[in-house]
Amino acid sequence: MSSAAKPMAAKPRRARGVLRRLIGDPLGALGLAMIVVTVIAALSAGLLPHDPVKLNPMVRFAAPGADHWLGTDNLGRDLFTRMLYGARIALVISIGATIVSLLVGLLLGVLAGFGPRWLDSILLLVMDAMKSVPTVMLALVLITWTGPSLWAVVLVVVLVNGPTYARIVRTQVLALRNAEFIEAERALGAGFLRVASLHVIPNIIGPLLILAAMDIPIVVGIEAGLSFLGLGVRPPTPSWGTILFDGFSYIRDSVWMVIAGGLPIVITALGFTFLGEALRDTFDPKLAKR
Amino acid sequence: MLGYLARRIVLAVAVILTVIAALFAMMRAIPGDPVRTALGPRASEAMVETYRIKMGLDQPVIVQIWRFFSTILQGDLGSDAISGVPVARIIMAQLPDTLYLVLGAMVVAVVPGVWLGVLSATKRGSLFDRVTSVLSVSVMAVPSFVIAIYLLLIFAIQLSWFPAIGAGEGLADRLHRLVLPSVALGLAWIGYIARILRASMLEVMGENHIRTARAFGLSERKIMYDYVLRIAILPTITVLGMGIGQMLSGAVFAEIVFGRPGIGKLVYDSIAARNYPIVTGTLLVTTGFFVLVNLIADLLIAFLDPRVRNVVSR
Repeated sequence: MSSAAKPMAAKPRRARGVLRRLIGDPLGALGLAMIVVTVIAALSAGLLPHDPVKLNPMVRFAAPGADHWLGTDNLGRDLFTRMLYGARIALVISIGATIVSLLVGLLLGVLAGFGPRWLDSILLLVMDAMKSVPTVMLALVLITWTGPSLWAVVLVVVLVNGPTYARIVRTQVLALRNAEFIEAERALGAGFLRVASLHVIPNIIGPLLILAAMDIPIVVGIEAGLSFLGLGVRPPTPSWGTILFDGFSYIRDSVWMVIAGGLPIVITALGFTFLGEALRDTFDPKLAKR
Repeated sequence: MLGYLARRIVLAVAVILTVIAALFAMMRAIPGDPVRTALGPRASEAMVETYRIKMGLDQPVIVQIWRFFSTILQGDLGSDAISGVPVARIIMAQLPDTLYLVLGAMVVAVVPGVWLGVLSATKRGSLFDRVTSVLSVSVMAVPSFVIAIYLLLIFAIQLSWFPAIGAGEGLADRLHRLVLPSVALGLAWIGYIARILRASMLEVMGENHIRTARAFGLSERKIMYDYVLRIAILPTITVLGMGIGQMLSGAVFAEIVFGRPGIGKLVYDSIAARNYPIVTGTLLVTTGFFVLVNLIADLLIAFLDPRVRNVVSR
């Protein structure tokens, strides 16, 4: 117990130091601000007076004004409200799917790294095969079979990103496997689970989380892209992808739908990328070569 | 060298076989009748029965696996559930348009990418370098379909500089219509190439033979272009090889947004019609193409880079 208390006490101070360094980097501060804005948008979506899915044919393609801050879409729905609700979908899906991908990657990577040679070879081959299928094609085949849903989007993300994380974990595990402190621990009788959870995972989780943060724009893109194709979030649920698709369909009638669907994707993508770059520079300059 | 060549080819074949195996497993794992899944909900009883025998689903699993692999590896991807035309022929008819698009995107990516990469490596730490670096990660972050829609909005609809839809007739028209979709697909890769080239140029610039060239008093320009770039350019070949996969993915969106024919448009329309053989066929063709391109890229590097050549032959 006492050994666990020490790092706990040290953490807040370190976290504050990291935050200060991040804000000191203008790009990191900008990225953080963009993400904070997106999160606030997602949280405050329910406070808006308009219903994101209620049709209002009297005010189709309205220009931005006092009542509709970003105007309305082809069915008279308030675009600003839909954009904010879209932030919820985008953040929940991208962060949720990234966490699942990380868990899958950790599990497979540790298995491949610690397991017998044949298991390692099979897992590597499967990971290589997964990375060889163009993402959208993989998604299209999966979703023609499973039908469009949020779960299908999560599955696609896990299949696309999971192998990447698994490969990184595997490399790290192989490097650590023969480290002296691990050998010592094993000599003392520690089992596989103890070594993996107590020594290996804490050693690799930091860089992995940074990579995952930098992958969030890709995941946001996958969700929006699949929803754009009608294979992710189903209308009338507002997703940036479905808003963009409506905007694309009526691109000659109004520019506001394309802006309400596309701009938040750009902001989130840039936010996470800038923050990821800054985090990487702060924590691990060696990772710069990816 | 020969060993590396053989290993690399074996790996490529193994990857393809694994993808086919995964596809087979997936088709078996889907709950329900695979024939109905393959034909879609509108198939008649008679169609289902004929297809079942044609697919050999009355045979034992091991025979099914053998048939599945051997027909695909012979280039037979099945036939269109609706028209009966071989899927391979349908895909091959659409493939050239997609390849022109990917080629266009490569041109868009390579020329400015190399230029920016070289300049930021030679002016390391300058304002130009920093601006290029921020712009690079920015274009890499934004999904290509969002870029495609904004290009369409700005340059085709608002400014009317380019036609909005279609692939066009005649060379000039076709090239003209290729510009926006190529930029949409290639823009991100300007960033990737600039970044990787900058990093690899800095690495090469620190090597001994470059220092020796400097000591001999060769001009900086000659050193940069004749010695550094020649080796530093190699990793961009790998990046472009990987890029092909993402460009094939992005092509689906670019073709839809700009109303172009191609395999992306084909597969999108097939989903709406629940035409499964075309969807799975496209997956196999694009994956095969991607694996082949990466194989070629890796072998090309092994031939071009004396360092890799020596390491792998050891």
